[in-house]
Amino acid sequence: MTIAQFLVLSAAMFSIGIYGVLIRRNAVLVLLSVELMLAAVNINFVAFCRFLEDTAAGGQVFALFIITVAAAEVGIGLAIVLLIFRNRASANIDELDALKW
Amino acid sequence: MDLGLAQNWFFLVISLVMVAASLVVVTSRNVMHAALMLVAALAGSAGLFILLGAEFVAGVLVLVYIGAVIVLFLFGVMITRVEIGRSRSLDHANRWPPAFIAVATFAVLAGSAVAFFGDEKIGGLDTVRTSEIGTTIFDRFVVPFEVVSFVLLAALIGGIVLARKDPES
Repeated sequence: MTIAQFLVLSAAMFSIGIYGVLIRRNAVLVLLSVELMLAAVNINFVAFCRFLEDTAAGGQVFALFIITVAAAEVGIGLAIVLLIFRNRASANIDELDALKW
Repeated sequence: MDLGLAQNWFFLVISLVMVAASLVVVTSRNVMHAALMLVAALAGSAGLFILLGAEFVAGVLVLVYIGAVIVLFLFGVMITRVEIGRSRSLDHANRWPPAFIAVATFAVLAGSAVAFFGDEKIGGLDTVRTSEIGTTIFDRFVVPFEVVSFVLLAALIGGIVLARKDPES
């Protein structure tokens, strides 16, 4: 196994996530794509932790932090989506133009 | 069979599954299929972590993501009544600029990774023991650990406050 394999796979997943964030209209699906991007970053952290032979496992600890922050992000993100849906009866992000002039 | 060869075969299979599942997540017209394919992509990344000797992270990923976050997503899909089943309005009409940005990002990231690292090998299969992760968290990273637990608490309270119906109205 080479380190470049993992980096290319992670770059592919990150780019797919970027595509999803830009193309989707529905807020829940945008959040799903953000999760893909975070998973790609996690692969990088763990692969580099192995590659650099870090006996203290710093990269894995950072992957755990990312998982925690992603869980927090999903919780608050879905609460916001729910609030938007309750007020506007729609979860499409291109209809949220109240701040546009 | 040679261990390195077996690892490469596992990597190939897992990575193909992950990329295919991720593509379904961003292109599917069915919201439920998108959410369930995210499970496949994340399970693949848990498999990669095991391949890299990071068993604890793989376990936490399965528990937190596949166990909790996906359930939260399914709740979100059901509560916001995105049309479950096929629907045409999930995507923007113009799909070329996002595709161009995604391909350009991939070219830059993958090209620089390959150009810089070439074919440098990752060492053989030896796992990091979970006790070492625990020691690192409570030694070097104790302040970030406390901060991240506070962030999680604040996010949970914020989620409850946001999603609760206002009692006055």
